[in-house]
Amino acid sequence: MKNILGREIPEYIQGYGAVKPFKGAYKSLGNVQKKSVKLHSAAPTQEKVLGSIKEALEKCNIKDGATISFHHHLRNGDYVLNMVLEEIYKMGIKDLKIAVSSVFPIHEPLVDYMRNGMVTGIYANYISGPVAEAISRGELRSPAIMHTHGGRARAIESGDIEIDIAFIAAPTCDTYGNINGVDGKSACGALGYAVPDAQYAEKTIALTDNLVPYPACPIEISQEYTDYVVQVDSIGDIKGIVSGTTMITKDPVGLKIAKMTSQLIGASGLIRDGFSFQTGAGGTSLAVAAYVKEWMQRNNIKGSFASGGITGYIVKMFEEGLFETLFDVQCFDLQAVESYRNNKKHQGMSASMYGNPHNKGAVVNNLDVMILGATEIDLDFNVNVTTGSSGVIMGGSGGHSDTAAGAKLAIVVTQLIKGRLSIVVDRVTTVTTPGETIDVVVTERGIAVNPLRKDLIEKLEKTDLPLMSIEELKNMAEKMTGVPEKIELDDKIVAVVEYRDGTVIDVVRKIRE
Amino acid sequence: MDRPRRTMLFIPGNNPSMLQNAGILGADSVILDLEDAVSITEKDSARILVKNAIEALDFYGTEIVVRINPLSSDFGIKDIEEIALVEPDALMVTKATEEDVRKACELLTKIEEKEGFIPKSIKLFPLIETAYGLENVKEIIKASDRVIGILLGAEDLTADLEIRRTAEGKEIFYARSKIAVTCKACKIDAIDTPFTDINDGEGFIKDINTAKSLGMTGKAAINPRQIDTIHEIFAPSKEEIRYAKDVIKAMEEAQSQGKGVFSLNGKMVDAPIITRAENVLKKARLAGLV
Repeated sequence: MKNILGREIPEYIQGYGAVKPFKGAYKSLGNVQKKSVKLHSAAPTQEKVLGSIKEALEKCNIKDGATISFHHHLRNGDYVLNMVLEEIYKMGIKDLKIAVSSVFPIHEPLVDYMRNGMVTGIYANYISGPVAEAISRGELRSPAIMHTHGGRARAIESGDIEIDIAFIAAPTCDTYGNINGVDGKSACGALGYAVPDAQYAEKTIALTDNLVPYPACPIEISQEYTDYVVQVDSIGDIKGIVSGTTMITKDPVGLKIAKMTSQLIGASGLIRDGFSFQTGAGGTSLAVAAYVKEWMQRNNIKGSFASGGITGYIVKMFEEGLFETLFDVQCFDLQAVESYRNNKKHQGMSASMYGNPHNKGAVVNNLDVMILGATEIDLDFNVNVTTGSSGVIMGGSGGHSDTAAGAKLAIVVTQLIKGRLSIVVDRVTTVTTPGETIDVVVTERGIAVNPLRKDLIEKLEKTDLPLMSIEELKNMAEKMTGVPEKIELDDKIVAVVEYRDGTVIDVVRKIRE
Repeated sequence: MDRPRRTMLFIPGNNPSMLQNAGILGADSVILDLEDAVSITEKDSARILVKNAIEALDFYGTEIVVRINPLSSDFGIKDIEEIALVEPDALMVTKATEEDVRKACELLTKIEEKEGFIPKSIKLFPLIETAYGLENVKEIIKASDRVIGILLGAEDLTADLEIRRTAEGKEIFYARSKIAVTCKACKIDAIDTPFTDINDGEGFIKDINTAKSLGMTGKAAINPRQIDTIHEIFAPSKEEIRYAKDVIKAMEEAQSQGKGVFSLNGKMVDAPIITRAENVLKKARLAGLV
């Protein structure tokens, strides 16, 4: 069958189940049902601190076929997932489903566990490195299920993912399971992605390298959700957790794109008092922030909030009074961690509050402008950030689809040509984010507005920005690069890409070696 | 002055990705460099690369100037013979003398005839970077009617003069003045030497203002990040544009009333003021400001 984007998807996928096809970005909104949570209530005298991960696993009665979850605030410095899986391997458990918000190169040991049958399923919002390559080669028994950040929260709350045991990497935890990310040697700041896991898992185990006396304040994940606490030497490598300083690009092409983008945002009329904004940590995205900052200062604009993974650059804008508040689901650098620790208006948010389409309103719904990236974008404005042009998984939505759906103006910024390939293509290799939620793409050689946004086109026609159709952009690129041969993929499905509402927007097929 | 030439951006002729993006960086002209940016072992490959880039890529209306190797070297003549075939807007003649300019001009004439190109369509842009060149700048300009501008190369010039090159630039006061005045007299552009310290933003702004105040009409850039600043400083200011418009309006009114002499805001307006106003508006139009 084909979904409404014309993507060929089976009605039933082995290892996934019956497919609910994607029907449109806003079609699933309405009455929903959250799952009920089974838990073991604590007696007044019960102690929570245990001596080892093994003891905790045994107390939680881990079994073959269990679903265990992790979160990615420690990013490529995370030791927790590897540590826990090593213990489980020693126990001889099989057929595990791993629900980890993002997978990084540091999680390479997962590949062996996939091969030997200990891990047979993975749910993630973003997968990079050796695990992504192994999945692309078909080495995971069931297809990986790829969510968005908001979609993962939705899946957990609705019971689409039933977590048996959630592991929380806790930079600070007290003896009764109150957790925060602002203190301790592994302080990583906000812990937003771990919140649904803690709230909806049957068992929650906190692993910490900073065990403190009760109570640990501030409390980000509270004792009411934590079953056990295990002290370990180190939950992560701080160098991999946060980058020192996030830098604005010096690349002239990136700067040109950023400048044009800021002019476009200005012309859209959205930069006014109460303005809200989100951008990623990439060099070009940050350069957009720098130009937007100039614009706000020049016109004396006081913004409402900036959101997302927060960087030092955004913190600086906040401290200079350009934004009233920051909404933070994850800190990208040490300046962000510090600000989150010290400033009450630097507000934490859970993954659900950030982007879940099936709650009573996520922060993305309040966004004016979102700056997004793309690996490919097609003539229908569908964006791929999941696979590379060779078909190998190299990322995933993260918050891409959530913010695109919520923001009033979702802007894709990209070089027109990368690695000798056009970024604008006839059909993307994989649809991550549907074109109906993408308003405009800005490249160094021209700007294409989604024809659905007639209002925006009218506004931009009054500027001297280089407007053109997306077909013209593609032709311009292909004049330089030529048209690449289509890649041949196997029929086997190695990953299912779920839109934020849980419908299937696309599948990823096995690469041919 | 048929096109704005506020900025001329140097692009190394051996760097494919920079050549690919040369036309989108916002410079009025790009100088695709086969000379100093290219090591002696890469001269041939850079020439082939630049030739193909001009032929295949869109520069979106940016003026294309190719800096060729000295005509005294084996490479210089080859550069002209090959690059002229793809019709760049101009060739930049390094360490130019009258003899070089004449030689380049003759060679171009032959190629244009042979290829059926419009005669004199490929222009010349001598680079003044020796004491000899500076003292003979007028003769160099007059050596060919293909010459559309002069670029001052201060690094080589001060080396030739055996004097120290400073950020302040007092040592090139004479060179700037001489080139600015001579070019004005010959009605061609006078382009200032690039400012080489990318991290000295303040020094850069001072340097542009000094060049502009002496009559240089544009400035070479060695980094795309320099372009916006140069354009801002070389563009007529809003006040200048408004005043120029007022002058022209007053002049038209005076003419319609048959008045020869007129005043604006109590001051008499004479011919030099009108010429200046016309020049300001012309520059503003070229820069897209009116």
